Amino acid sequence: MAASHAVNGNASSADWEGRYYHVDQILDRPGPRTDPSFLAGDEVKDFLRNKCKILVIGAGGLGCEILANLALSGFKDIHASDAYVIYNQMLLRSGIRPKDVGKSKAIVAAEFIMNRVPGVKVTPYFGKIQDKDEEYYMQFNLVICGLDSVEARRWINATLVNMVDPENPESLKPLIDGGTEGFKGQARVILPTVTSCYECSLDMLNKPTAFPICTIANTPRLPEHCIEWASVLEWPRVHGDKKMDTDNPEHIQWLYEIALRRAQEFKIEGVTYSLTQGVVKNIIPAIASTNAIIAASCCNEAFKIATSSAAYLNNYFMLIGTDGVYSYTFEHEKREDCPVCGGEALDITIGKDWTVDRLIEMLVERQDIQIKKPSLSTPGKHIFFQAPPQLEEATRPNLEKKVSELVPDGGEITVTATTLPFSLSLRVKYN
Amino acid sequence: MIKIWSMKKNEDQASKKKPKTSAAQIRVQKDLTELDLPSTMKTHFPDPADLLNFTLTITPDEGMYKGGSFVFQFNINSNYPHEPPKVKCTQVIYHPNVDLEGNVCLNILREDWKPVLNLNSVMVGLQYLFLEPNADDPLNKEELKRNREQFIYNVKTSMRGGTIKGVQYNKVTP
Repeated sequence: MAASHAVNGNASSADWEGRYYHVDQILDRPGPRTDPSFLAGDEVKDFLRNKCKILVIGAGGLGCEILANLALSGFKDIHASDAYVIYNQMLLRSGIRPKDVGKSKAIVAAEFIMNRVPGVKVTPYFGKIQDKDEEYYMQFNLVICGLDSVEARRWINATLVNMVDPENPESLKPLIDGGTEGFKGQARVILPTVTSCYECSLDMLNKPTAFPICTIANTPRLPEHCIEWASVLEWPRVHGDKKMDTDNPEHIQWLYEIALRRAQEFKIEGVTYSLTQGVVKNIIPAIASTNAIIAASCCNEAFKIATSSAAYLNNYFMLIGTDGVYSYTFEHEKREDCPVCGGEALDITIGKDWTVDRLIEMLVERQDIQIKKPSLSTPGKHIFFQAPPQLEEATRPNLEKKVSELVPDGGEITVTATTLPFSLSLRVKYN
Repeated sequence: MIKIWSMKKNEDQASKKKPKTSAAQIRVQKDLTELDLPSTMKTHFPDPADLLNFTLTITPDEGMYKGGSFVFQFNINSNYPHEPPKVKCTQVIYHPNVDLEGNVCLNILREDWKPVLNLNSVMVGLQYLFLEPNADDPLNKEELKRNREQFIYNVKTSMRGGTIKGVQYNKVTP
């Protein structure tokens, strides 16, 4: 076996003889199911190891596993992004060393991988993904998410869908989304605007448990009721407009103490720090083996997409490990009325002197749109709203204005109306 | 890299890029411009350019709260409609389903919220609380169940800005 070199903590960047012996079995020759565009041999290896740039969002339990897998499969230019620092409680969940507490997750993970896997460059980014613009995301070939937040996923999904420019093939960035919740997990491949996107499947999410506010306020029976009381009622009462940060240990500590006092008052047992964190962040304890399976699946897809060496997942893999091991793969379909990737966009060409009123008249008359009482806006301002009365009045003067004064050439108008299931966007050109 | 673009080419050419307006913004625009409110409810936008923060004034024309004018603050975040709007009563009012901090106990604002619901459903739900206060779900005020007459009397007192059991309520009548 030529590949059995054990190299520990050696940061030499040279690829030693036989380093990729096993991976090369896949890349050196096509197989029966490889894509016709697969170029076996040096070219694909060069792309994977020297050109492909991949972004991993989230460097927690799942993200770290993904980073390690990618590095070992031969990806060499990896970027790791995470907005948070390591807290004490995380020591139990992953193999983080006590000296790393308080440091950025992304930086610690990057250093660890670089030390452990020679020749791999991991560039950490310690900050929110929302702070980066399209230009930043354009530099990557692939994006993998190992996140625990629905909000961050929706954001990156919408950003990547919006980035797709019909004139530029490079603007389409495949997104591989991994997620775990206890013994359950999923991995999926999203090709923005081509396959169903994250937003299309939003109705598949489990609803976070919410308790009736009256129970919380009057008749708590569970430790969760006491924690909700602290976070939903006591926090805003005591702290006013100050926002609760569920990632700040001091805030969690405060909630824990308040909830504990409440629990003692009602003789309820079971309020702990980790339960408090679990309830306010809606966390289900992480299971290392679930993370390992999902990370492996994500990296397998990343490898196949980057090399075209085998057919990639189409498009949703779910793992249910609660009763035995069950997995299911299916094609999640695009939702026609998806607010991010669905809907229709129409190109319209109108005269420079057209008023908003005339544009609305035209929309109402068009047979292919079938619209009644449309309301119009651009990303920054309202053009005309049918209701409520105050906004109708405020936007009414715009009816007399020229569209070209309000919308630049090539600009977009969002149209909503009762007769439209979601929204319609118009791209306006002037002649 | 796989050639995704070739698959893209086969697609319907009509499907073009969507605008940069956020999903929440579009949904709020749709909800608001399709509001169909009775004359007993009015919205007010302190900043007409900001659709995500506004107030709703309810002036019930029947029931025990008739004659009052109740103001609710709506705050919608970028996760709407995945998350319900945050709704608070801006006044201290005597109502079994609204506490003194203005928190509202309405099922569709919390445990029964679904993205298919919209702002209209929330507003209609709020108005309903004034027509039929829910005695089974009391945040406070046990009186409604125990002694309806006394409760109605207390409502009238509170709406004039009176004090009940040491709590001073806001005047909500003209």
